[in-house]
Amino acid sequence: MNPGLKKRFGNAERLRELGLLLFILVLGAVIQVRNPAFLRVSNLMSLFTNTSILAILAVGMMMVLLTRGIDLSIGATIAFTGMVTAMTVARFPQMPPALAIAQGTAIGTVIGMIIGVLVAKFDVLPIIATLGMMNIVRGMTFVVSGGRWVSSHQMPNSFKAIATGRTFGLNNLIVIAIAVYIVAFYFMNHTRTGRRIYAVGSNPSAAEVSGIPRRRLIFLVYTIMGGLAGLAGVLWVARFASAQGDTAMGYELQVIAACILGGVSILGGVGKISGLILGTILFGILANALPLVDVSPFWQLGIQGVTVLVAVMANAMVLRNTERSALRRRAI
Amino acid sequence: MEDTRAPEIAISAQRQWSWKEFFFQWEWLLVVVLLIVVGANTWLSPYFLSLNTFIRTPATFLDKSFIVFPMMMVIILGKIDVSVGSTVALSAVVMATSYNAGVPMPIAMLICLLVGTTCGAINGVLIAKFKELSFVIVTISTMMIYRGIAFIILENRASGGFPGWYAFLGWGEVAGIPFMMLAFIAVAVIFGLLLHRTSFGRVVFGMGNNATACRYSGVDTDRVTMTVFTLAGFMAAVTALFLTSRMGSTRPNVAMGYELEVIAMVVLGGVSTNGGMGRIAGPILAIFIVGFLSFGMGLANLQAPVVLVVIGLLLIVSVLALRVRFTVKKKKPVV
Repeated sequence: MNPGLKKRFGNAERLRELGLLLFILVLGAVIQVRNPAFLRVSNLMSLFTNTSILAILAVGMMMVLLTRGIDLSIGATIAFTGMVTAMTVARFPQMPPALAIAQGTAIGTVIGMIIGVLVAKFDVLPIIATLGMMNIVRGMTFVVSGGRWVSSHQMPNSFKAIATGRTFGLNNLIVIAIAVYIVAFYFMNHTRTGRRIYAVGSNPSAAEVSGIPRRRLIFLVYTIMGGLAGLAGVLWVARFASAQGDTAMGYELQVIAACILGGVSILGGVGKISGLILGTILFGILANALPLVDVSPFWQLGIQGVTVLVAVMANAMVLRNTERSALRRRAI
Repeated sequence: MEDTRAPEIAISAQRQWSWKEFFFQWEWLLVVVLLIVVGANTWLSPYFLSLNTFIRTPATFLDKSFIVFPMMMVIILGKIDVSVGSTVALSAVVMATSYNAGVPMPIAMLICLLVGTTCGAINGVLIAKFKELSFVIVTISTMMIYRGIAFIILENRASGGFPGWYAFLGWGEVAGIPFMMLAFIAVAVIFGLLLHRTSFGRVVFGMGNNATACRYSGVDTDRVTMTVFTLAGFMAAVTALFLTSRMGSTRPNVAMGYELEVIAMVVLGGVSTNGGMGRIAGPILAIFIVGFLSFGMGLANLQAPVVLVVIGLLLIVSVLALRVRFTVKKKKPVV
């Protein structure tokens, strides 16, 4: 490789992002060739609408992963907040949609705070704490609803309009996702707290020694994740116009997968909003465009799993190579 | 001089036996909890308290207990394997499909074990050879892949129609004792010996405490990691054999959430998620606590979701309780 090119792409992070972009383009081209309907505006819009809930969740999950944590409970949180909100609007049809969103977000935040206390205060392993909470919250969803569904005709139109209405010519879900990303971009890159989250993830003890309130930040991260999951729960129910006990089962895996495709390291401290956008778009294509090219929906789980595994392994290989070449350079 | 030092070390390495130490053990707490659960069940149903119940009821929940033992080793290593439920599904689906494709049942059962072992081995190799990847992400992605393959094979159909003798595995009895119970006892003894009486077991505990030190003392740590994860896959296939036999047929979505129940049993059994700690008696007691608890909640007409909540609570509470115990003990020098 010539030195100029090396300098420009020397940053492994940038190289990874470029590779991801290239992969998205290639995948898009392949799908476009197989099915010309793919790149139509209407199809792209529905793809983005379907992906926006995933994208919102991915922001929270990135923060959790940055602190070396993981949250497996968000699928259950989505179901629970969605169910409670749907039951509320079914009971009080006059309720303004903004209030419904606020209610769902608040419930999610409380669930996130419980996990935050367990992880930050009691040092429970994140995977254990969230696995336990996943069961509890999922069970609560069934208990609260008595196993019944809240279906489309029980929800007022104003509530369903959250997911069908448009703002600035874009579907509301896309607008909300964009808003979340703008706030998250500012928060992660330009506020002290955001930068401290990175610091806690890349070296917890160094962060603590330099006076960063590590535990409080970990608590904050799970709280934000819970709040976003609550928001996503309301949006989910509004979008699919039905709330069931098994809503979003296993969705946490897809969110984690999207984060990892976007270059967020599960070992903490590494991950950017820009990568996250690419990761969620790639994941959105995998989840939404495969049926367009006649890939059976039963292949989806396997394809997603393989993509994640290949992404993390490729990442590890690239990292090994850069480290090795750095060592070699030092030796000379 | 050397003569006096050597026996001193030998004595200090031997744990001082005391009544207080003996009764201040996690396992006694579990025994008390188990008695409470049994008491509550007796109170719920007058028919509960009989020898018959204790011999036959366990067959309703013992299928997943086979994974508890290797999972215990995985957690002692300081790792976690969340792919076991998917491994159960994949091995069961492959077995059913190959049987229905004309493979004789005994060979299909061997294939089942082979598939599970391979799944476990893949986990083990990935975790041992790619140290940059955390066990969490490896097992999460294989969790998706294994179940994904099961879905690709069977889509949303069920597969069954096994020969009559195959039901013996899950329903059969030898001298009035369910075959599953006997298999469980055999597996428990084997794993107890493996963990507490062999050098392999000592190495597993050692790696949980300090993997680097183990490697520098000449232990092939990669091979131990791979062996433990392969064992987890193999035992998941054993579970698949018993589960399928009990249900009579299989689907790609069987054994969903088994990983959680198994991990909950191990943690409730006093195995620290920090690794390096635990005794076989704890998880065995935990299997029966969770099992009889779910059975009792069935007696009380509580729906399955309530059982979910209780198991989740149990997991979190036992982790918290273990932590409290650990901090209490830390004040004394730990051998």
